[in-house]
Amino acid sequence: MNKSLTLKLKKAAKGFRLTRRVFSFPYIAFMLIFVVAPLVLILVNAFIYGNKLSLQNFVHLARDGASLNTLWLSFLVGIITTFSCIVIGYPVAYILSKQTSGRLIVLLFILPMWVNFLIRTLATRAVFHALDVRLGLGTVIFGMIYNYLPFMILPLHTTLSSIDKSYSEAAADLGADGITVFMQVTLPLSIPGIISGITMVFIPTISTFAISQLLGGVHLFGDSIYTKFIYGSYGVGSVMSLIMLAFVLISNVFINKTNKGEVSKNIW
Amino acid sequence: MVKKLFSKGYILLILALLYTPILFIVVFSFSGNSRFTFSDGFTLDSYRAIFTSEQTPYLLQALKNTFFIAAVSSVAATILGSIAAIGIYSLKRRSRRVVENINQLPIINSEIVMAVSLMLFFVTFKFPEGYLRLILAHISFCTPYVVLSVMPRLTQMDPNIYEAALDLGANPFRALVTVLIPIISPGILSGFAMAFTLSLDDFIITQLNKGATTGIDTLSTYIYSSQRNAGGLRPFWFAVFSIIIVAIVTFVLIINLKKAKNIDQKEKENEKSA
Repeated sequence: MNKSLTLKLKKAAKGFRLTRRVFSFPYIAFMLIFVVAPLVLILVNAFIYGNKLSLQNFVHLARDGASLNTLWLSFLVGIITTFSCIVIGYPVAYILSKQTSGRLIVLLFILPMWVNFLIRTLATRAVFHALDVRLGLGTVIFGMIYNYLPFMILPLHTTLSSIDKSYSEAAADLGADGITVFMQVTLPLSIPGIISGITMVFIPTISTFAISQLLGGVHLFGDSIYTKFIYGSYGVGSVMSLIMLAFVLISNVFINKTNKGEVSKNIW
Repeated sequence: MVKKLFSKGYILLILALLYTPILFIVVFSFSGNSRFTFSDGFTLDSYRAIFTSEQTPYLLQALKNTFFIAAVSSVAATILGSIAAIGIYSLKRRSRRVVENINQLPIINSEIVMAVSLMLFFVTFKFPEGYLRLILAHISFCTPYVVLSVMPRLTQMDPNIYEAALDLGANPFRALVTVLIPIISPGILSGFAMAFTLSLDDFIITQLNKGATTGIDTLSTYIYSSQRNAGGLRPFWFAVFSIIIVAIVTFVLIINLKKAKNIDQKEKENEKSA
């Protein structure tokens, strides 16, 4: 009798498991409507011109010199910013990963990130004004590095401090000098951190809106997308958004391949 | 020794660079002018301006809007996301993967694409301009973070506890309320905090979806619209920014130090029991 009772209870539990799935349905419906449908709409709009299915929007973008220039400029700024962030940020992350009090200092590096980026950008602009620095591409790049450096340091620090110390100790025991240990052991093991750092700096840099405009009157790709939509050119704007989306998805594949998304999650 | 000094110096230099603009604003908020001098001495004029400027009513309205939108959308996101996490946890592996990937979309997507896609959606389906669009948009980018912070609590939970509650005669609803929800509540709480701060902090998605004619501004869009064309920063803004900066820095420091203390305490307890 006891057996049949537990069997019954187990059945009830199983039955509830089935119904508990229903809990996810409102959210799935919400996401389909407010996340997936808008993205599908972008895809559809990119291929619609004058109420007809066509590639006209792509042709327009390809012939639009100003937009193409913006795209190249964004790449340039993005690459310079990302590279500078690695050069400046790697030593920071490396030094902090060796220290015991590193965690607290990392907090100091993240702290400014909590202040809204508009306020930080306007503050940077005020410093440039005070120093009589003329605003231009240089100040834009400085502002980008200032804004996104913590996004490079954080994943690098997470990866570097999770590397088992015995690897580099073993290399040293086997006769490698400091530089060799770093080049042959530490650097290769920190590549996942470098890759997530790159995507966390590069993608926001080229897609950001307002920073470049406020710090130098320069339009980057994000600003162009914004302008296209504000002035109602949804078609070309959608094509540009698709290009941006492609970058996001490609970089995400890279991140997932090198580390199962663990580093990027730790930013919060 | 030299190496150590060099590393310390480097860290300090980068930190100084990171904090210069922020400290700069706070220091010169006491100068009362926007020429970056203390020729007028140390004054609280710019702080007085917060209450007396012609911009004051707009600033207060923007502040109200910011907190209203953040409160409504973060509460909605927390409820939607927590319930969803329990549901997603019980899904079969394959459908769970699909839903988790969709959940990842707003997190990895660049904000500008998310913003224009929502704008296109709202325009196409003629959603009324104003708070409704903004709140729906904020819920859609906040909820995934709630799901992400509740999920680990569920996967780390010992499923036997829930089963035990059922074996001891609790009906599924009671087991949910008295066993499951208390276990995941820290995740729900941190998810809520994250949703609230994300909503407060948002600029791009709000800027594109607030609608041109409604006149609704949040703090960030108001800052943007009043600064886009102006050459220099008025003393009024020095004071406003300083208050925001000091408030945020204090808040984040308190939370993190508390967290660090808790971790240390746990580590100590673990050592003792070991």
